[in-house]
Amino acid sequence: MAITVNGKSQDVGAPVSLTELIRQNNVAQPDMVSVQLNGEFVLRENYDATTVNDGDEVDFLYFMGGGSVSL
Amino acid sequence: MDFNEEQIQRYSRHILLQDVGVEGQEKICNARVLIVGAGGLGAPIAFYLAAAGIGTIGLIDGDTVDLSNLQRQIIHFTEDVNKPKVLSAKEKIERLNPDVKVITYHKLFTSENAFDIIKDYDFVVDGTDNFPVKFLINDACVLAGKPFSHGGILRFDGQTLTYKPGTACYRCLFHAPPPPGAVPTCSQAGVLGAIAGMLGTIQAAEVLKYFTGAGDLLTNRLLSFNAKSMEFRTINVHPNSNCPVCGKHPTVTTLIDYEQAVCEIKR
Repeated sequence: MAITVNGKSQDVGAPVSLTELIRQNNVAQPDMVSVQLNGEFVLRENYDATTVNDGDEVDFLYFMGGGSVSL
Repeated sequence: MDFNEEQIQRYSRHILLQDVGVEGQEKICNARVLIVGAGGLGAPIAFYLAAAGIGTIGLIDGDTVDLSNLQRQIIHFTEDVNKPKVLSAKEKIERLNPDVKVITYHKLFTSENAFDIIKDYDFVVDGTDNFPVKFLINDACVLAGKPFSHGGILRFDGQTLTYKPGTACYRCLFHAPPPPGAVPTCSQAGVLGAIAGMLGTIQAAEVLKYFTGAGDLLTNRLLSFNAKSMEFRTINVHPNSNCPVCGKHPTVTTLIDYEQAVCEIKR
């Protein structure tokens, strides 16, 4: 089955949990990433219970610092 | 506001734009913008907003210029090392455009002073590199109903989101700051200097769009790019009903000073 991850098509065999998808995509800091499934944010505690199905769109949003250290 | 000959010449390339014109330029010249952080993002933001003729630019940063800043913080020059960043930036802004009134705050942006400082401005720009202050800017602006531009850069990546009351805020995307040290900042992980310019100029363009009303802001859209692939992407987002500050059941109702990673603290 094909899903879209961060705008790019990805083939993932069978439906997977968000936790598994995060693992498959080698997300550097899985506990830090925010996830949107079909445009809706998924609460972190629901990553295990949320299944990604054929045609779904998933976005991983990462923390990014940058600029000036004010401290 | 009546422009003199010199101003008409200075701002002629704006005035020529159908979406800006004399009217838009007047709005720019009457605008008051606070830039939090006079570093990698703050430098290009301040330069372009000053060149554009933003009436009042506030700069807050408690830091002094370090030699390692000059690779990207282009408003500071070699002879500025050890000078407060806000003063170094003020000097350049005034040389670039004497029309601009610059107000400097050589201090940290904290829960104690945030509301008091932002109340004097129409728009706030996040040019900081640390999460405690990014969340503080978000919360202060959301609670005060003030528009702002979020910006973050790291290594070869950048991301930015514009907030106006009623649109998705930074906390809609990220509920709480990462634990201190969990996510590196530029000072720890490095950043390609030009990335600061790429993102800072996007933020400056958003500010000018906000005041002139030209085009569509990056509201409810997170723009992210990677300079290695040079791919840009906007991710549609919307206000999150679970958001701790602007959601249905807010838990953040006062400002919070989150803990900073120890290695980020300037010694």
